[in-house]
Amino acid sequence: MKAVMYACPQSLDEAVGLFAQRGPRARPFAGGTDLIVQIREGKKEPDLVVDLKRIPELNELSFQPQRGLVIGAAVPCSQIYEHGKIAGLYPGLIDAVSLIGGIQIQNRATLGGNLCNASPAADGVPPLIVHRAACRIRGPRGERTLPVEKVCAGPGQTALEDDEILVSFHLPAPPERSGARYLRFIPRNEMDIAVAGAASYLELEKDRQTIRGARIALAAVAPTPLLVEEAGGCLAGERAGEELFARAAAICREAARPISDMRGAAWQRRHLVEVLVKRTLQGALQRARGGGASPQGRPGGVNDGPQGRPGGVKEQDS
Amino acid sequence: MSEESKKPPAPSSASPEASGRFSRRWFLQGVALSAGTAVLPGEGLLGGSAFAAPQAPARIGPEPVQIALSVNGKDYQVKVEPRVTLLNALRNYLNLGTNTPIDLTGTKRVCDRGSCGSCTVILDGKTVYSCSVLAVECQGKKITTVEGVAEGNQPHPIQQAFVECDGLMCGFCTPGFIVSSKALLDRNPHPTPTEIRRALNGNICRCGTYNRVFQAVELASIRMKVKGG
Repeated sequence: MKAVMYACPQSLDEAVGLFAQRGPRARPFAGGTDLIVQIREGKKEPDLVVDLKRIPELNELSFQPQRGLVIGAAVPCSQIYEHGKIAGLYPGLIDAVSLIGGIQIQNRATLGGNLCNASPAADGVPPLIVHRAACRIRGPRGERTLPVEKVCAGPGQTALEDDEILVSFHLPAPPERSGARYLRFIPRNEMDIAVAGAASYLELEKDRQTIRGARIALAAVAPTPLLVEEAGGCLAGERAGEELFARAAAICREAARPISDMRGAAWQRRHLVEVLVKRTLQGALQRARGGGASPQGRPGGVNDGPQGRPGGVKEQDS
Repeated sequence: MSEESKKPPAPSSASPEASGRFSRRWFLQGVALSAGTAVLPGEGLLGGSAFAAPQAPARIGPEPVQIALSVNGKDYQVKVEPRVTLLNALRNYLNLGTNTPIDLTGTKRVCDRGSCGSCTVILDGKTVYSCSVLAVECQGKKITTVEGVAEGNQPHPIQQAFVECDGLMCGFCTPGFIVSSKALLDRNPHPTPTEIRRALNGNICRCGTYNRVFQAVELASIRMKVKGG
């Protein structure tokens, strides 16, 4: 493993100062689940790693009805699903943070790292997109805010400059009668990277039938996580139902631009997207109506995505 | 093995990470040299001490720095480069600066890329892959390795149950499973089978002894209940 220097700034200003000095030769370091492996394998060659875990702003995790949810970029996944309030309010997000890696990864890995590592298959990003997360970004030239979908620029690439840091995610408080769901397909039960993934968010009118608004985002079927605005748009104002959901799923299938690789063929990914969008819309609908399908965050929840293993046992938590 | 084996041989005074030639012989030579290591300038930073100049926070490394690690309730002074992972520090560096050999190699290095779980340790109550944690981050944190699971010379009920249930074949993944099971039972003494599976989902067994492993954890949980645990 390449020799590196290590710094552990205690404040945002200190961290910004470090990145301003060293630019691309410094790498932000939070959970380390990607970065340490990348340095060891020579894929990244920083000469300074900047540990962000002692900076208060990056460790914030709080919900207030007016302000919504703030998730510091260095908060590990397990802290998010163990937080009492978040599970009920942002179930789509909890779906994702409780299936990233195994327990040991969830105790370290962060949503900030998931976004900034910029894998097209990042599980955490589509739910952030459908929950309308905004990213607070800080650099030597000041602060700016970007919607999360604008941060992903390509595989391994973000819209952040080399001297900028992702500070936190800000998710608006979910309106009444809203719900979200994230599902992915992997050929194993655990510890794998999505062949395809989909997050759906639905907001219902008072009749609990008519859709007021919808957002759908996809994982692993384009160079970046993909917000399919057209699919969400086609649902607005319509009555929820299987036929309607199938229409949205077909739009997503067309919007997907997958490649064939070791994890799956392009045609398979297109097919998966269609299936996953239908299922996540059903799940989001159920949650928006306030029934069942509670997120599986707590230890005991098993990844209940569609299991591809022939004869594989599908486990479902209560 | 990969990273070390690629490196050219280095003079014997270099650290094990750089030289790739860590051995008991190296250790014996090193003891005399490092026994009285002075406190390095970087030490105060990680302890969170007064660091007034916000514009230029100190950096440590890439040369070795002295840090303190608390492993299984004991404090160790360790001299490591910042790139040294907790796994590497536990297995290869705890000896340095002491006159007593410390054998903490129960934490296994298998994939060394955060995928298999053999190097699992408990860090402040949470399981982590020690291959994906830097040793320098662990100052002031409590580390429990598989060696810290037993109660003195008595095996922990989990360890006893692994023996009785044949919860292993080749046994290389076992330390990781024991540590993950310990962390589970510490938090949740009476887990359901689903909770056991979930808690062990970051540990992989190539021999496929999962069912026996799950049985062992269940057995341990029942016994600890009987004992009033």
